[in-house]
Amino acid sequence: MPVIIKNQTVISDTYTFYATYTEGDVLAKHSIIPVDDFLANPSLLEQHPGTIGVWLDSHHEPEALSPYLHQLAVIAVNFPSFTDGRGYSIARIIRERLGYQGELRAIGEVLHDQLFYLKRCGFDAFKLQAEKDPEEALRGFNDFSVSYQAATDHPQPLFRHRLH
Amino acid sequence: MYKYDAYDKTIVAERVAQFRDQTQRYLEGKLTDAEFLPLRLQNGLYVQRFAPMLRVAIPYGMVSATQIRKLAEISRRYDKGYVHFSTRQNVQYNWPKLERVPDILAELATDEMHAIQTSGNCIRNTTTDQFAGVAADELVDPRPYCEIIRQWSTFHPEFAYLPRKFKIAINGAKQDRAAVQVHDIGLHVEQNSHGELGFRVLVGGGLGRTPMIGTEICSFLPEQHLLTYLEAILRVYNRYGRRDNKYKARIKILVKALGAEAFRAKVDAEWQHLKDGPQTLTEAEIKRISQHFSSPDYIDLPAKSALLQQHLQQDPNFRHWYQRNVTGHKVPGYAIVTLSLKATAQAPGDATDKQLEAAADLAEQYSFGEIRVSHQQNLVLADVQQDHLYTLWQEALKFGFATPNIGLLTDVICCPGGDFCALANAKSLPIAEAIQRRFDDLDYLHDIGNLDLNISGCMNACGHHHVGHIGILGVDKKGEEFYQVQLGGSAYNDASLGKILGPSFARDVMPDVITSIIDVYLKHRTPEELFIDTYRRIGIQPFKDRVYASNN
Ligand code: HEM
Ligand code: SF4
Repeated sequence: MPVIIKNQTVISDTYTFYATYTEGDVLAKHSIIPVDDFLANPSLLEQHPGTIGVWLDSHHEPEALSPYLHQLAVIAVNFPSFTDGRGYSIARIIRERLGYQGELRAIGEVLHDQLFYLKRCGFDAFKLQAEKDPEEALRGFNDFSVSYQAATDHPQPLFRHRLH
Repeated sequence: MYKYDAYDKTIVAERVAQFRDQTQRYLEGKLTDAEFLPLRLQNGLYVQRFAPMLRVAIPYGMVSATQIRKLAEISRRYDKGYVHFSTRQNVQYNWPKLERVPDILAELATDEMHAIQTSGNCIRNTTTDQFAGVAADELVDPRPYCEIIRQWSTFHPEFAYLPRKFKIAINGAKQDRAAVQVHDIGLHVEQNSHGELGFRVLVGGGLGRTPMIGTEICSFLPEQHLLTYLEAILRVYNRYGRRDNKYKARIKILVKALGAEAFRAKVDAEWQHLKDGPQTLTEAEIKRISQHFSSPDYIDLPAKSALLQQHLQQDPNFRHWYQRNVTGHKVPGYAIVTLSLKATAQAPGDATDKQLEAAADLAEQYSFGEIRVSHQQNLVLADVQQDHLYTLWQEALKFGFATPNIGLLTDVICCPGGDFCALANAKSLPIAEAIQRRFDDLDYLHDIGNLDLNISGCMNACGHHHVGHIGILGVDKKGEEFYQVQLGGSAYNDASLGKILGPSFARDVMPDVITSIIDVYLKHRTPEELFIDTYRRIGIQPFKDRVYASNN
């Protein structure tokens, strides 16, 4: 069974990932489909209430999702390469600007040493590369116990909550 | 100077532990080379021609005597007993061992130093005027803002994987000594007519392959909005900067592609969401940081020291040094001293462990224990009593820091080039040395006057060749090292990019080429003109004619 890290524990992944979707395709119970295909078929939300999610690539504009946000079960953001940092901005916009509360999942080249930053930008679920050990990667969440700047996880910068 | 508190110490200590773990996993084969690469770069660790190179941060060029001693000790224990100060006010070790870098970082942390974000595609060390806080022409001390930006940018989770490196410079004086027009973001601190502090914001400057002068996108950004506005710029860059071609990935290319107006509109639209949010600076925070940069305990002194005047009259060598290496101070009776790291045959910007320790002693004895690093790769003692200048000069002479050449042709900015750097087309250090040897007559040099000679070993432009009054660029011609000459660049208020003189030259004629260029200037100049003024008046042609007539 494939696994993901969710809320800093390793659990099994119940979602099926679709690299493409064409109208009429039969979807698994829990499915994640490409954002453009979803936007072309938003009625999928009624057919799969609470069990359908979308994935964005790093060049996509998350703003287009705003009418549907609260009905999506999961939004996944792909990192085609771990050095492509666009997903961090996409995540903050989805959380902080669009107000999305559901599962925000990092997929693609997601590695131990990016987890701390990804979490700070609002991701709460992480699908690691298959060959990487997710249990060992969990340590990555605790690299730092304090941060200077505001981000999704701590909306107040240190200078607004420092003790001295 | 900024002192770490418990938060800063925790963050730096946790970084050391993190990097130790990353290095360990790399050595065990759990991280691939490609995966480790950005992690080590974001800790300043390059793998170079002969050995790794470690770049240690000197935030906005400020360093204490204690820290300088630590840098010296590390150079002895882990390296070959010398360091290289860079044009970005940082310091580099050329020979550390990869496995020992975590130990070096742990040593640095004990004296509040680190190598965080000194390389990689992230926000780098913010640089500033080496005379910040003491310059007579200063409007506002930029250092508190540098520190505010340092904290905000350190481990910024959204901007660790930008399309490319990102450099911010701030200047707060009338004269731009921080080259702000050739940075990704350049900030001029200013006061508006209501007495409020804020910034004129430039974006899209930069050197490298496609040099550009920055464009203004905001004429006055009130200080409290500094971080939200920077965040808006960075977010636009992170989302829309090119990632398909590393040579087109800097923000300057995005600004150029969109046009300054469209870029500004995107930033403004983004900023509307961030403006007045939690990252908005509070008065208390600006005050808290500014306190770290309050003036040292100056004593009341007469504006002009009689002792100094006497020594200036008696000792012509001292007078030469005073004219070039001493700058006026905002406080009466004090002076700013630049220790030259440009003695002939010393690689520009290099300092030995002994020199570092001597500089630390001098700083403690004469300048409140603080040193600055200038982007021209020299060291600065910012708060010296005029009465002490003569003894300080004699001490500086002993350690080879008193070459009276600041701002002159032999005060060369130079990258490590082909002697160290794997990207180089050509060596740069031997060119610097050959030119220094040619121009070893001090009277002649002083007569030539202010002239920036900048040398890079390839088009990455680490030696700022585009903005030298004379710039030299190493090029590769069928596997041989050649040198292209550019004239007319400037990194100051009148910033401009140099123009290529013509076909490149072999190494051994370079001193002759420079001599010919100087001859043209001396022949054409009016009494009040510096090299750059004459060049701007007469243009490149007379230089071209002369150089190619005599050196072909
Ligand atoms: C030896 C190892 C070094 C390597 C591999 C290296 C690499 C590079 C590269 C690839 C660029 C071009 C970036 C671009 O165009 O996007 C660059 C630019 C630059 N580097 Fe270096 N560098 C090294 C050492 C230095 C040193 C020693 C200095 C200071 C003396 C320095 C200061 C700079 C500066 C000022 C720039 C230009 C900034 C700009 O493009 O706007 N670098 N470096
Ligand atoms: S300019 Fe080129 S040769 Fe010089 S240090 Fe930079 S990358 Fe190396």
